[in-house]
Amino acid sequence: MQRHVATSPDLREFRMSLFVLSRFLRAALVVLAVTLLVVLLMSLSPGSVAAVILGEQATPEAIAELEREMGLDRPVIVQWFSWLGDAVTGDLGTSPITFQEVSTAIGERLPVTIEIAVLALLMSLAMAIPLATIAARRPNSATDRGINGLTSVLLSIPAFVAAPVFVYFLAVQADLFPVTGWVPIEDGLLDNLHTAFLPALCVALIEVAGFQRILRADLGTTLREDYVEAARAKGMSARYVLWRHAFRPSSFSLLTVAGISLGRLIGGTVIVEAFFSLPGLGQLVAVAIGSRDIITVQGVVAFVAAVYVVLNTLVDLGYGFLDPRVRTAVAR
Amino acid sequence: MSAGPVSTGKAAGEPENSEPRSTVPAGAAPASARVSDADQARVAGGSLAQQVAAPSLAGGMSGVASPVVPPLRKRRNVLLWLSLGWMALVVLLAALAPVLPLADYSAPIGFPRADPSGELDQWLGLDNQGRSVLSRLIHGAQVSLLLGLLAGVIATTIGTVLGLVAGYFRGRVETAIMFLTDVLLAFPPLVLLLAISSILRPSFNTLLLGLTVLVIPSFVRISRAQTLNWAARDFVLAARNMGFGRVRIAFREVLPNVVPSVLALLPTIVAALIVAEGSLSFLGLGLPAPTPSWGGMISDGKDFLRLDPQLILIPAVAIFLTIFALNQIGDYARSRFDRTVQD
Repeated sequence: MQRHVATSPDLREFRMSLFVLSRFLRAALVVLAVTLLVVLLMSLSPGSVAAVILGEQATPEAIAELEREMGLDRPVIVQWFSWLGDAVTGDLGTSPITFQEVSTAIGERLPVTIEIAVLALLMSLAMAIPLATIAARRPNSATDRGINGLTSVLLSIPAFVAAPVFVYFLAVQADLFPVTGWVPIEDGLLDNLHTAFLPALCVALIEVAGFQRILRADLGTTLREDYVEAARAKGMSARYVLWRHAFRPSSFSLLTVAGISLGRLIGGTVIVEAFFSLPGLGQLVAVAIGSRDIITVQGVVAFVAAVYVVLNTLVDLGYGFLDPRVRTAVAR
Repeated sequence: MSAGPVSTGKAAGEPENSEPRSTVPAGAAPASARVSDADQARVAGGSLAQQVAAPSLAGGMSGVASPVVPPLRKRRNVLLWLSLGWMALVVLLAALAPVLPLADYSAPIGFPRADPSGELDQWLGLDNQGRSVLSRLIHGAQVSLLLGLLAGVIATTIGTVLGLVAGYFRGRVETAIMFLTDVLLAFPPLVLLLAISSILRPSFNTLLLGLTVLVIPSFVRISRAQTLNWAARDFVLAARNMGFGRVRIAFREVLPNVVPSVLALLPTIVAALIVAEGSLSFLGLGLPAPTPSWGGMISDGKDFLRLDPQLILIPAVAIFLTIFALNQIGDYARSRFDRTVQD
């Protein structure tokens, strides 16, 4: 498959690694800029961290003294460099409210958020893939339009609407799920999934439409290709052709979008974590914002943004590895 | 010489290349050349005028490969009209909220959580403080719509210009603008909003600022992509050959063609903004009480879920219908004005 490319393998490999390197360099720059923006944003805050630590009775002199000790009287750029220096070694500071290290707090809460995000992604894919394949079979038929309408409906249900409505119908009325609360995965996978189901469903709904539409469009294009026609002419069943011949080449855009969604979901579970009282990253941020715990907010925002950028870069590169057409286009 | 669809040049002696496509006589020899030209350019994007004019042109020319034109979508129109009707109703009620004979949204008029009854103010019942749900719903629409529309329009303006500058002038300016866009896109949206409204204290202006910043990148991206596409057309080259300056070409020749695609994105973005505002209010970081908002009403009602589900179901339905209507209008606008989503 690579034989017809004119360049030598060495040169191609060199260009490929150059491409990979430049993507990672760009990602690193974006993360750097994000942290700078976060530090700038936090410096706009009217009450300083020192004032929060000392409480409301503190005298201005005492606050100024503590600010000097903590280095908060330095220019923002200097503060950014020192924060960055610590962050590189994994030290995101210590919360002045809970006295917990921010990196430890993130480590404790990350698994919950990741579980919700991954579960939501799987749920939306489980809904989107069948809907897309059914719709693609007969483009513009009543079924296709009906499915399109259904995904439009799902697209219009934000998490903060879905959460209380689902809880009312599925937890209060039908008693299928607990209203709120979280069972850690160590205490039994089934119980854990039982508590994670509704929160994940609430954030999954909005994602379905995007996935369904992109897969439906790509399948539609693939199913018009000559080789699909040839497979049909050989007498293969429509189902076999769809899954074995058309699905894989049509799924690249879906994979890209799904990867980007995963990054967005990790930063987007705030609502359901607050509503269902799940001990995840979103709740950590919400509580920290409520108590004006700037150091924690800063650490978590920077962390989530970094995860998002890294995931997007990996998806970008992964796309090339999955699809030979992209790989050779880049290498040339 | 692919005919520019939107007429921009008004100067005397302007070449015919910037005339609207529909004035080109069908069947004329140069026109047939243009069709195949435009057909190729269409792969990357196109415009309304091309879509409308193409079938009549193709009909008049036998023997020329006719461009592939997707059938016009007529079937969705019922849903589209219902959506437009709902949005018109919501906008009208929100605009007229101060003059409508409604109870004050911040004062109790009866027992907490009273059931719906015949009086206008009690049509939808009373909330947990005895305030009229109908009045709060209508006044809440005012806040959500105003924030969503204002933020959307401001972001459209800024984003379009930034995208145009990046896409037309290229070079370092483009690198800088796209880098900033990437940085903004790297923030988890809700967390960015939370951070802004917690640092600057929630008020109409800070929410407007946060929401605007949030959606500028989307507009920059689409505007730049469209600019790249349009700047490569022959009518831009012709304008350059006539000696027009780069700024004039960017804003008078390219911009008018970029605007339809960007505006087509607006309803969808306004829907997203209303969701974002609702999410913030739901978390208690929206506009401070007693200003009503749909997200805040759901948040207030969630403690009474068991006995009075109507307190959340009513605003939930209002939000759902509004987002759905805006998304339908947005889908239609994009299928009509943005070539890239049709293929």
